[in-house]
Amino acid sequence: MFKILKKSLQTGLVTIDYPRRSPAVSERFRGAPRIDFARWGDARGAAERCPTGAIAIEDGEGVRRVKLDYGLCIFCSQCAEDEPGGAVRITQEFELAARHREALVTTAEYTLEADGTHRELRSVSEGAGEETALGEEMRRRIHGMLGRSLAIRQVDAGSCNGCEVEIGALNNPVYDVERLGIQFVASPRHADMLLVTGPVTRNMELALRKAYAAAPEPKVVVAVGACGISGGIFGRNYATAGAVSDVLPVDVFIPGCPPRPLALLQGILLAVGRMEEKCRAR
Amino acid sequence: MRPGARRRFDEMRSGAADLFPRWREEHGLEIYVDVPAAEAAGLARRLVEEGCRVAAAFAEDRTEAQGCFPRYYVFEHAEDSRYLLLRAPVAPEEPAFASLAAGIPAVNWAEREIQDWFGLVAEGHPNPRRVALHDNWPDVNPLRKNFPIETVLPPFEGERHIYRPTLGEGVLQIPVGPIHAGIIEPGHFNFSVAGEPILYLQLRMFYVHKGIEKRFEQLPARHGVYLAESISGDSSVSHGAAFCQAIEAAAGIDIPERARGMRTILLELERIYNHAADIGAIANDVGFVVANAHGSRLREAILALNEELTGSRLSRGMICPGGVRWDWGREQEVRIEEVLARWEPDFSSLMEMIESSDSTRDRLERTGTLTRKQARDLGVCGVAGRASGIDCDVRRDHPYAAYGGVEFRVPVYEEGDVLRRVQVRVEEVRQSIGIVRSVAGALERGPYRAPLPPLPPDRCALGAVEGWRGEILHWIRTGADGRLERCKIKDPSLNNWPALVEAVQGNIIADFPVINKSFNLSYSGTDR
Repeated sequence: MFKILKKSLQTGLVTIDYPRRSPAVSERFRGAPRIDFARWGDARGAAERCPTGAIAIEDGEGVRRVKLDYGLCIFCSQCAEDEPGGAVRITQEFELAARHREALVTTAEYTLEADGTHRELRSVSEGAGEETALGEEMRRRIHGMLGRSLAIRQVDAGSCNGCEVEIGALNNPVYDVERLGIQFVASPRHADMLLVTGPVTRNMELALRKAYAAAPEPKVVVAVGACGISGGIFGRNYATAGAVSDVLPVDVFIPGCPPRPLALLQGILLAVGRMEEKCRAR
Repeated sequence: MRPGARRRFDEMRSGAADLFPRWREEHGLEIYVDVPAAEAAGLARRLVEEGCRVAAAFAEDRTEAQGCFPRYYVFEHAEDSRYLLLRAPVAPEEPAFASLAAGIPAVNWAEREIQDWFGLVAEGHPNPRRVALHDNWPDVNPLRKNFPIETVLPPFEGERHIYRPTLGEGVLQIPVGPIHAGIIEPGHFNFSVAGEPILYLQLRMFYVHKGIEKRFEQLPARHGVYLAESISGDSSVSHGAAFCQAIEAAAGIDIPERARGMRTILLELERIYNHAADIGAIANDVGFVVANAHGSRLREAILALNEELTGSRLSRGMICPGGVRWDWGREQEVRIEEVLARWEPDFSSLMEMIESSDSTRDRLERTGTLTRKQARDLGVCGVAGRASGIDCDVRRDHPYAAYGGVEFRVPVYEEGDVLRRVQVRVEEVRQSIGIVRSVAGALERGPYRAPLPPLPPDRCALGAVEGWRGEILHWIRTGADGRLERCKIKDPSLNNWPALVEAVQGNIIADFPVINKSFNLSYSGTDR
């Protein structure tokens, strides 16, 4: 007993103050790639280097359409590597969660030149920005809505367990999400939110559907990671049913491979807003 | 270092050259022994009698190039630094082979996987039921070349799996999963219990099978490392390194010294963060919650360090064929020692706290015992193997990265209980800190990435890494235009799941979580 107390005293307070204050991100952290579309002369190299097709090109009659999809991105930064001109750059942005799948996609349209490069940027349609961190009122809002903590049931529907490493970290003393009134529960019957990682495998599809059916209304579904959002590096194949949204209605998408704990938290907080809407609608 | 000669396979051969008609050594790591189909079983048994461990068994579809399905049994011996790959053909006209599983239980699942993936019948297998494809899958063989990866299979029909009944007064079966209570991976456990003690455990895995081995054949090899890192997220570095080692061997390149050192440091950090978290989680499963809080905090510190060193908390995207993608400056190198200098005493005082708890020791000692014989029969490796007297460690026995040049001790215990699986981890964390320090101290400036030439076609190569769970193998055959013809992945979990079945028998069901946690196997690594 004495040793336990001594160890706790020696350790002191380690919990961060997120979302009130965001801790600094380490210098080398690889977050979202951003593209300076106006300066970009040729998308082919980046598209070829991208292992998941998060940067994809579609050439038509004199037109090139380039898509950048954070729902497919595994944040490897190959797109920026060896990119001439530096039009593709890796940022430290990681709070990328969105309520709509389309919000994760940016599309640019160019005039296609005969030599395969593109010249003139015709248009860029960026995914709609989301209201992100919801600030210090979170606990009050969760309690105001539910009269208790928010209960999350995590469902691994096919993940490599990388997302589970990070979701598990939310419970460590550094992030300690219980302080925000967020609790992980053992049964979908106790859950307000399903936090689902993917790709949804053929063998887990039924279990995922059953877990969803078992959760009481109102409920929200959050798809976690590139694989949960889109199938990621695994794609769709004989063994996978694809993205979580191919199986269940999804309220929030959290990009990452895996998302850092704070990226997860941002997505969960975004989903709380969605939960409030559902509660009000009842 | 293991004592004695490191070329034991040569001795076996010199005594009985006729048993090894075709023998080819590659990359200093593999010996390919080709035998006619009828002689494979005899030679395999002989090798096991000589004290070899079967590390893996698999097949490939070469019907177009060679008119057969070669199948492989991979052997490892304490006194040889190479792996011996026994290769025998299976004819497509007669798609069957003589099973070895009755005499060599270690190949039980592997042979059934060959049945499922390739449609080759393991004749005489004591339990020939499906293992990888669930029972309600249609009759398909996904790793055959004529099976397109994008095949859309019809909806399921019928029962998923019929479990064996257990009979007797008061005996009942408890189904658990695939979704478990916690942030963990899915699988199904069917316990047969009489009161509290577990009589029998039936495992049903492959719920998270996502066609990874087939996907490797589809992706350009240069993208393969990202898929390798997603085989088991908590072993991203180990699987990534094993894959890159195989690619580098096939391409015939050596990686720079500095890259070897940097990889070694990242591999050991992965071991450290997983072991620390496991030690806390095992304590948690017997009610010592505070220990888990400290264990998870210690893991967090290393994940944060990983991010500083590689840009990713799981160190993803850092290792690449040829070396590593980014160099470290003085700043990063200093951070390693800064973090470890605080981390080490923190870990030691956590261990003091756990070790001074008699009730914790009481719950862990003589719980979930895996005997040495069971471990040897099942080909158990890694932490679980070393806790049961199996003295093997790829870092020491088949050195890669910078391990050939560092001194470290491999802890081995005989008792095989949960307590020893904890003690192996504790000792390994301490050894790993020593390895990181010694390698970081000797790290010299220089190139960190060698250029990778185009991959020559039709080369076979093996990558072997001691992941934190145990031995990881990636075996590849290169194909045309920079793709892979085959990539066989062996996660240590594949060897060790059947051992869990043995270890839980006779234990009370309330101890299952802690026994399971003490193995802490990867579902994704198993199911692929």
